[in-house]
Amino acid sequence: MALTPVENQTPGFVAATAAASGAFFGLFVGTSQGSGLMGVLVGAAIMAALGFALTSMLDKEKPFRWVLIAAFAVAGFFLGGLPAAVLGGLFGWFAGWFIFWLGTSRYRAHLAPYLTSGQVLWHYTFRVICGAVFTFLITPILVVMPLSFNAQDFFTFTPEMLRFDPAGYSLKHYQDFFSNQDWQNALWNSIRIAPMATVISVTFGTLAAIGLSQPHVPFRRAIMAILISPMIVPLIISAAGMYFFYSRIGLQGTYMGVVLAHAVLGIPFVIITVTATLVGFDRSLTRAAANMGAGPVTTFFRVQMPLILPGVVSGGLFAFITSFDEVVVVLFVGSAGQKTLPWQMFIGLREQISPTILAVATILVGISVLLLATLELLRRRSERLRGMSPG
Amino acid sequence: MSDITDTGPVIAADGTPLKRSLARALRRQKIRALMLIAPLLLFVLLTFIMPIGDMLFRSVENNIVMDTLPKTVVALQDWDPDSGEPPSEAVYAALAADLKVAVEAKRHTRLGTRLNYELTGISSLFRKSGRQIKKWDLAQDAPFKAKFIDMNDGWAKIAVWRTIKTYSPKYTNGYFLNSIDMQKGTDGAEARPENQQIYITLFKRTMFMSMVITISCIILAYPVAWILANLPARTSNMLMILVLLPFWTSLLVRTSAWKVMLQQQGVINETLVWLGLVADDARLVMINNQFGTIVAMTHILLPFMILPMYSVMQTIQPTYLRAAKSLGATNWTAFWRVYFPQSIPGIGAGSILVFILSIGYYITPELVGGTKGVFISNRIAFHISSSLNWGLAAALGAILLAVVLVLYWAYDKIVGIDNVKLG
Repeated sequence: MALTPVENQTPGFVAATAAASGAFFGLFVGTSQGSGLMGVLVGAAIMAALGFALTSMLDKEKPFRWVLIAAFAVAGFFLGGLPAAVLGGLFGWFAGWFIFWLGTSRYRAHLAPYLTSGQVLWHYTFRVICGAVFTFLITPILVVMPLSFNAQDFFTFTPEMLRFDPAGYSLKHYQDFFSNQDWQNALWNSIRIAPMATVISVTFGTLAAIGLSQPHVPFRRAIMAILISPMIVPLIISAAGMYFFYSRIGLQGTYMGVVLAHAVLGIPFVIITVTATLVGFDRSLTRAAANMGAGPVTTFFRVQMPLILPGVVSGGLFAFITSFDEVVVVLFVGSAGQKTLPWQMFIGLREQISPTILAVATILVGISVLLLATLELLRRRSERLRGMSPG
Repeated sequence: MSDITDTGPVIAADGTPLKRSLARALRRQKIRALMLIAPLLLFVLLTFIMPIGDMLFRSVENNIVMDTLPKTVVALQDWDPDSGEPPSEAVYAALAADLKVAVEAKRHTRLGTRLNYELTGISSLFRKSGRQIKKWDLAQDAPFKAKFIDMNDGWAKIAVWRTIKTYSPKYTNGYFLNSIDMQKGTDGAEARPENQQIYITLFKRTMFMSMVITISCIILAYPVAWILANLPARTSNMLMILVLLPFWTSLLVRTSAWKVMLQQQGVINETLVWLGLVADDARLVMINNQFGTIVAMTHILLPFMILPMYSVMQTIQPTYLRAAKSLGATNWTAFWRVYFPQSIPGIGAGSILVFILSIGYYITPELVGGTKGVFISNRIAFHISSSLNWGLAAALGAILLAVVLVLYWAYDKIVGIDNVKLG
């Protein structure tokens, strides 16, 4: 939907703006070829010429954009081989889009008509800043993925990988993860500990959350503060306290000790999500059920539970991921027999740096994506059940 | 209506006064609520609060001297360290009797280790003496003073005896003094020698770096939260994934990713070299220092800042900004006088959360912090697992806990614990 009627821009404006972007990217090409200043000048000149020329041919957008992509990819190939060709192609796509975006004034169409040009400039500068922050957030996670397919035992991109040579890639780190006894034991320990801890925290947590959301609870604030505290107290302090105390009562270094420690760390998450779900719970439903002769247990399982289930499940997922990712407490409370996946990764990162860690990291990112998708589905379902959103 | 007297109490259906009947119903409701909470409360108290209490207790507990050398401690009461003379024969006789028992039970080395935290050299003194004392006969070998001094001249030193006397009470503030770079001297607390002062520096560094991390999180999170709150729901939900995915990804995955990015042969350095911005022999040192810790932790904690800010900014009406502008405010005035004050609760909530989380961080500083970028938690872990000075670890932990609890209290006052939201 266009807010502002727009006209095509003058060639001078497009050429000047395009030249600025050309100078910026030219700087990097220039430095990699030896002279930054030359790069700036050449880049600005090329983009200015393109901007000037294309402004007169704005009606043939599609073919020209393809031409630009091809031209810059070829130029990149001659400057720095295949990796540079890919970058060149990307830059060609950007150049084409940018020039036509400016030339047809598309950038102005969706903004309010009364904005001054300074405000328009700030609007897009702000978006670029936000884009940079988003890039900062996601880049580290994206970088580990291709690196986990490295054929070498390096933590960095090899020249073969950059040339897209199949010999530079392999699954050997994944193979190592699935065949190495240390990693397999760690995986099994994590799988044995996390679900047990989740079951404990979900059972106790849900009951307590129901109790906490009753209308008259004495000392509600104090109780809430105690129940949330495992999330607030620094993990190293929890770990130290549990280590001292569990060694006194003989739980240190046992499976049960680790499960209990992880369960208590997961409880705040269950309490928070379930009480949040219960805020929207219509209490007249339980009264109606009681009125029709259902006992408290029947009411809970047939009326209340199905309605708050999404909250309980997402609380459980939080508790599960807390235990599955936890490393500080297990380092102290556990012994070699309870070595979990994060613990093994911690050792790997501190002592023998092996790219198997990156393979594990990629698998864990996959698991996080699945969890995130599940949570999103649950949230939507919960909102629908509580009638908070249509559909 | 005239039959009902208006002087007597209102009666419920079963004949009891309505007031009492209502009070009973309320009490029953309260008890039911408490019964539902009780199992969890008990569980948390047992598995979490008691361990923390135990740790606090350990930070002042000092039974070991009293338990291992009971007679010596009593005999030492009459001795004045300022006299400049070693204690009398009675003390040495008591020590011989105590050590004989302790050596049988193999407890003298543990006492030596404990006292060695306060005065270096005592550990070996106890260990060496233990071997000799085994052969002594308490009844015949008296007097002991000369024998002890003959065996090891450490027993003639005033400093050794002063240390034993100073640390003989059941409770001590010695660990706390140690964790603020002080020690028990001849007359009360005194500062440690310059070269042994590390903890104040470490606390200051922890505070300073957490502050830097919190501020950089605010700066990075504010524009992102703003754009998420102001874009159409479809787009902002898509962009939200970019915030939530790092939030849900394992801490170790993100830390290893930063290790991959920042190291000398890492992705950033390789890219800069390839672009010719940095010479191959002048690669940037970005890891195992404070910079590495700050960058990695800012990335890890950024979602904890964005999410509270976003939920506050969602409630700010965009019409306020437009109203301000239509009344003649410039862009900056409209933002600074109208929008920003309304977004402060979000900044406050996020900052306290990030600050609390960062001062207690252990894993990331340990892996990317080197020696200059570690926090107080790394020192606590060191004392638990390597130096085995648990009392000192507990005292350091207690100080850290106190700081966190003050912040937690502030968070509760400002935001309310009930209002914590996840995802």
